[in-house]
Amino acid sequence: MRIGVFICHCGSNIAGTVDCPSVAATALTYPDVVFSTDTMYACSEPGQDAIIQAVKDKNLDGVVVASCTPRMHEQTFRRAVERAGLNRYMFEMANIREHVSWIGKTKDLNTGKASELVRMAVEKLRRNRPLMAKRFETTKRVLVIGGGVAGIQAALDCADGGQEVILVEREQSIGGKMAKLDKTFPTVDCSSCVLGPKMVDIAQHPNITLYTCAEVESVGGYVGNFQVTVRKKATYVDWARCTGCGLCVEKCPSRKMPDPFNENLCNAPSINIPFPQAIPKKAAINAASCLMLTKGKCGLCAKVCPVKCIDFEQKDELVNVDVGAIVVATGYDLFDWHKYPQYGEGRYKDVITSLQYERLLSASGPTGGHIKRPSDGKEPKNVVFIQCVGSRDKSVNRPYCSGFCCMYTAKQAILTKDHIPDSQSYVFYMDIRSPGKLYDEFVRRAMEEYGAQYVRGRVAMIYPKGDKLVVRGADTLAGTQVEVPADLVVLAVGAESAKGAVQLGEKLRVAPDQYGFFVESHPKLKPVETNTAGVFLAGACQGPKDIPASVGQGSAAASKVLGLLSKAMLESDPAVSRVNPARCVGCGKCIQTCPFGAIKAVQDRFGNPKAEVIDTVCQGCGICTVTCPQGAIQLEHFTDNQILAEVNALCPPKMFANFE
Amino acid sequence: MLKIAYYPGCSGQGTSLEYDTSTRAVCKALDVELVDIPDWSCCGSTPAHTVNHVLSAALSARNLAQVESMGMTKATTPCPSCLTNLRTASHKMDDPEFKDKVNALLDVPCRNAVDTQSVLQVLAENVDPDLIKGKVVKPLSGIKIACYYGCIMNRPPEVMKFDHHENPMAMDNLMALLGAEVVPFPLKVECCGASYGIPRGDIVHRLSGKLLDAARDVGADAIVTACPLCQMNLDLRQGQINDALRENFRIPVFYYTQLLGYALGIDRAELGFEKLCVDPRLALGRIKQPQQAM
Ligand code: SF4
Ligand code: SF4
Repeated sequence: MRIGVFICHCGSNIAGTVDCPSVAATALTYPDVVFSTDTMYACSEPGQDAIIQAVKDKNLDGVVVASCTPRMHEQTFRRAVERAGLNRYMFEMANIREHVSWIGKTKDLNTGKASELVRMAVEKLRRNRPLMAKRFETTKRVLVIGGGVAGIQAALDCADGGQEVILVEREQSIGGKMAKLDKTFPTVDCSSCVLGPKMVDIAQHPNITLYTCAEVESVGGYVGNFQVTVRKKATYVDWARCTGCGLCVEKCPSRKMPDPFNENLCNAPSINIPFPQAIPKKAAINAASCLMLTKGKCGLCAKVCPVKCIDFEQKDELVNVDVGAIVVATGYDLFDWHKYPQYGEGRYKDVITSLQYERLLSASGPTGGHIKRPSDGKEPKNVVFIQCVGSRDKSVNRPYCSGFCCMYTAKQAILTKDHIPDSQSYVFYMDIRSPGKLYDEFVRRAMEEYGAQYVRGRVAMIYPKGDKLVVRGADTLAGTQVEVPADLVVLAVGAESAKGAVQLGEKLRVAPDQYGFFVESHPKLKPVETNTAGVFLAGACQGPKDIPASVGQGSAAASKVLGLLSKAMLESDPAVSRVNPARCVGCGKCIQTCPFGAIKAVQDRFGNPKAEVIDTVCQGCGICTVTCPQGAIQLEHFTDNQILAEVNALCPPKMFANFE
Repeated sequence: MLKIAYYPGCSGQGTSLEYDTSTRAVCKALDVELVDIPDWSCCGSTPAHTVNHVLSAALSARNLAQVESMGMTKATTPCPSCLTNLRTASHKMDDPEFKDKVNALLDVPCRNAVDTQSVLQVLAENVDPDLIKGKVVKPLSGIKIACYYGCIMNRPPEVMKFDHHENPMAMDNLMALLGAEVVPFPLKVECCGASYGIPRGDIVHRLSGKLLDAARDVGADAIVTACPLCQMNLDLRQGQINDALRENFRIPVFYYTQLLGYALGIDRAELGFEKLCVDPRLALGRIKQPQQAM
């Protein structure tokens, strides 16, 4: 074999603390190395050209580049090697930046370590084989999970791009959290007026199939060829016939259950259409409170329904769909502030959440858009907002910033003054974080034009006094304690991952972070991709996000889907596991252990059980190779021999000079 | 029978004599045997730890070592301030280096093997509520009570390890068990001004005044405390507070053990109601007399 080695300076990034020419000279002494040099920027165009030239001039079979992390440039160099006429897997990379020059300061030691890493790469490369990708067809259809604003955007963009879209939403209507908001920052335009037309577009788009009251039950398959089962939950109403006239809603006598759309501020009838702009505008029965379903008597709705579409016998329905790509847009949930005993743990009626306040502000809310406090319906004059409830607080395991609370609090302070001109708002805050376009100006306006009093400090406690609540906190700028008598306290609760996100992630093989938000492939360069090919993220399921960012991500995810499905054929990564049937005893351990379900049981022609890897599903994680008691599964490009060769290059076996 | 080493604390010998006697009486009635720690000494109270942590811990550690020499591992004290010192000393001595420094000051080294709890915690966690209920002869029905724990009985939570640090319920539950109407008292863990009584009366007047005001707000006939210092600030200084704030509070401030003893029918002499400054008779008069059996 003829190997060429290139040691990159990465400007002074590497050359600053590594003697690159000397590493290159040492590399020449390694077996099979016929050419070795150092170069200023291996990834630059001249750098790549030099590699290609060397492959041709020196008749090389393989190339080692010692530079930065493979995450950054492995693809770059593989393509360069390919352009030079070699197989892209005849290339190895040694990370002498992150692993050497950035972490060690002593040039001698660094140079030695860099040489050793290069030696490892050479030994590995000597055992590499050319690998060929397989090609397969894709299903031209996309599944969007979650009908909030991010999911809506992704679905519309995919549908406009010509793809068939299945949109699955857990709630009765699409619209998500945004549909509950009154106005949006920083433009103070009506939330449902912005969102409403998009929701209608979803309903009317010929390419979109909408399933609400539905959840993803299971996901199988792989990029381009997912098989998804969706559970459509029983609504006890035949939606094909329901016209959304609302007669049943008016007549329903059971109004005991809190209304989740109105954040439990009021009760909802057992048969309900959540809000006037709901899409689809169909009624559904809440089985837990319906008198007919719980006690067997009533049935008023069935009597009044003009099209007779009530069906108390309806059952859940499972629908199977084949899709080529999946967009996850499951959004977020609000932090449960009852974990703060100092804010009353729910004992004081006039301590409410920001989203409840939105419902009070909204014309379609329980008070018709009049701010009335829950305890006695009076109009509050002093309204205290407390920010960072469940954000940036280690004590409740929410150390992260939720990102949008500063802004919606400013908006609510402004709206309070609009609704009640003689009111006074107080905002307890830690820092104001308002980095978006026109955001900081907006907060200033709340302070300067609308006279909201901003107090920097956490609130220590809230306690009732007469019919008021006393909010006691620190003013850390003035260095004093402050007490504000409040008629209403609004907690700016932070965001946390949506309920069930972790379980959904398991089905989709998308990892959640420690707080349950889905992890993207790369925080900067692949923000909407996941590590499972064909599954994309949009919106707050990836981390707290405001509306503009969610919409942006929805479009970004859609563009990724369109890019993916625009290819007639997809290539699979050849670095997957492979079973040696001669060694496999068919114990099935690998089948159980593979987290991706990529191994299936088969029979050889004598009827013996064997394992077989499904190329397209295998993610190349290698778990099966260490599970197999027979050593029958090997991960291509990372075989036991290749890894042992690397280890031996670092610590040569004492007994056998040439251990193979 | 539960046997437990008893640390009365200095105030139990003087300013809060009635707390000490009523504690002993109710524990006896509820089958909790309190064994006095021989030759116990002051825990250092508030002054010591403001001067020197090792010295302060040593004062407590000496008492803990006494308990160890009794062959016991559990001690109890009615006073939250003593409790804080004893528990903080133990907590700090979990660090071997600190423990060595403390033991260097002691004749008999402390092994740090004693768990100290407030009497309230012992009653709440080790005595069967049904047993207490069964022994009630004069239910407290008719009186409205605000339970006041003070700021140190449950805090800091990682040291005190008892009940909830923002909204403790042990005393509330106990009083409810006795038949009293317990009103939700939002300031139950607020500071009364503590030992500022002498150097900065104005602070105590303001803070304790707020507590009295809140108790009146929620309609309490009486406040129940578990802390000698809180009791003193609220009860003894109630007149001063009235003068300073131009108020007219007249809310009796009981130790919870006094009312517990009352309900259990313990001899009035041991409960020391006459030691209270604000006359408790009006409040006690609200307690309905038990219905005579026909
Ligand atoms: S673990 Fe190994 S031996 Fe067992 S079935 Fe899988 S490949 Fe075959
Ligand atoms: S390497 Fe093995 S365990 Fe990992 S995905 Fe492929 S088949 Fe499954």
